[in-house]
Amino acid sequence: MATSAPPSPRAITGAVRPASLFVQWGRSIARGARRAPLGVVSAIILISIAIVAITATDIAPFDPLKTNFAQTRKPPTALHLLGTDNLGRDSFSRLIHGARITLFVAVTSVIIGDLTGFVLGLLSGYLGKTFDLITQRILEVLLAFPTLILAMLLLIGLGAGLRTVIIAIAVTRVPGTCRVVRSVVLSVREYQFVEAARAMGASPWRIMWRHVAPQCVAPWLVLVTVNLGSAIFAEASLSFLGIGIQPPAPSWGNMLGGVLAEAFKPPWWLVLFPGLTITITVLCCNLLGDSLRDLLDPRIRKRLA
Amino acid sequence: MVRYLATRLASAIATLVGITILIFLAMRVLPGDPLAQISTEGQGQYRLSPAELQRARASLGLDQPLYVQYGGWLLDIARGDLGRSFWRGEPIRDLILRRAPITSEIALIAIVLSWIIGIPIGSYSAIHHNRKGDLLIRGILTFLTAVPSFWLGLTLVLIGILYFNWRPPLTIIYFWDDWRGNIQIVIGPAIALGLGLSAITARMTRSSVLEILYDDHVRTARSKGLGERIIIIRHVLRLALLPVITLSGLALGGLLGGSVAVERAFGVPGLGLALVQALNERDWMVIQNLVLLYGVLYTVINFLVDMSYAWLDPRIRYG
Repeated sequence: MATSAPPSPRAITGAVRPASLFVQWGRSIARGARRAPLGVVSAIILISIAIVAITATDIAPFDPLKTNFAQTRKPPTALHLLGTDNLGRDSFSRLIHGARITLFVAVTSVIIGDLTGFVLGLLSGYLGKTFDLITQRILEVLLAFPTLILAMLLLIGLGAGLRTVIIAIAVTRVPGTCRVVRSVVLSVREYQFVEAARAMGASPWRIMWRHVAPQCVAPWLVLVTVNLGSAIFAEASLSFLGIGIQPPAPSWGNMLGGVLAEAFKPPWWLVLFPGLTITITVLCCNLLGDSLRDLLDPRIRKRLA
Repeated sequence: MVRYLATRLASAIATLVGITILIFLAMRVLPGDPLAQISTEGQGQYRLSPAELQRARASLGLDQPLYVQYGGWLLDIARGDLGRSFWRGEPIRDLILRRAPITSEIALIAIVLSWIIGIPIGSYSAIHHNRKGDLLIRGILTFLTAVPSFWLGLTLVLIGILYFNWRPPLTIIYFWDDWRGNIQIVIGPAIALGLGLSAITARMTRSSVLEILYDDHVRTARSKGLGERIIIIRHVLRLALLPVITLSGLALGGLLGGSVAVERAFGVPGLGLALVQALNERDWMVIQNLVLLYGVLYTVINFLVDMSYAWLDPRIRYG
């Protein structure tokens, strides 16, 4: 009978089966959501913007690049929801397609920059010594410039273009992330469970990835969210200055930059809507980051409960 | 203190050397040399025959080995010679001296503005924490920190043009020549930068005041029967504002970067606009030395902020 079968190792250790793990995650997410309603709202807005960006070609009412010289500088109407620019291009369609480019730049640069920062921080915190010294010196040089100036410098070196903008913004994200991860590693390294793993003969590589790295994920995630906002801001600033995404391709930043040519009577709708979109998106990233930090940091969590 | 100062100074100098290397690499090695960039050899439009290019390179010293060029650049800086603009032939030192007062004025006014707005709001928020006023203020502050300052600048310009028939003057007017004209130039960018900074200052003030509000010495002051106003001003704010003022120094560094886009939005002829212009014209000597200036300023400011912290807090200096 079944009773004679030896109990599985999982039953002995009391570990949960994968199926119920998902249920647990679902429950803790729901619990977190109740505690941080603002975070949920921000997440929903961000996801909607992402969906708009992904489906841009299907939902945009006009071709974002198509000029129409009979319809230049028209204020918002039922046909052109957010008006048209100086070349008669539909502002609403440009904003939607701009979301695609801006978010693509922001997301890829944050992924590249923050993953690099994570790995560098892990190695530099755990290995210490020469590797740490060299990494920290190099990062200090990167930190010695205001973010925007550093991105500009890299863009001069790499030349303008989608790929180079991504790289430039990614590089500016590395030092901060690396420092945060490194500081977490430095404290986690001294914990007893790490010592126990070392005593059991685990290799440094295994300790680093299986025991230390998971501890850094929570603060790292918070950083990723906030960095997403900073990356959107960086792209907007660079493109606004004319050294980021090059026109005619629309991005939120260069739509604002286009207004600069209209020094005599800038149409208000061309200033208001792209800027508002940037603000709302960055705001949502910040709020989501704040909520994540409150939920993931046990010290704050205890205070909230 | 002396030992801390010495180590911190050494690392600042190492950083400065690193800055020069990074700038030099970005300017000379990554894209090929500057002449390749403006000629058809790279992405530029100028048609130059190989012989002409060769002659131009020789006249600019670009045909020499990289380490000679790098050393020459450092020597020139040490001598106070920052070279000339490639297109206008104007000495870059003059360009910096002419435009720096405007940018520093903007940064200075922005910081003072952030104190005037941020400190009272932050203190109010802390004293009434978790009440309606505090929640409203925190909401506004969170929103303000997400507003790009250059967009705020554009909006101010737009409002000025549409409603007040005002537009930012595009010339340089110094404060000591004509203070009315000067204020007209700098006030817009200063507000655009100052509002965002106020939000940060207010948040800092709030948390700093909250930390001290429940300290023992404040309780003692209360039990002595001192009035609430005196307690707040003399026993709380005096302590709480020190870190706020110091952190404003750090914010000054951030302003350097932000001011570039804001100056562009207003068309104010400061250092930032010069940098943008140089970027668009690929005026490499100007870019190289302006970026260096920004890096050096930022490093020096950070160094001074660190020093003031160590001076205020013994735990850092012996840590």
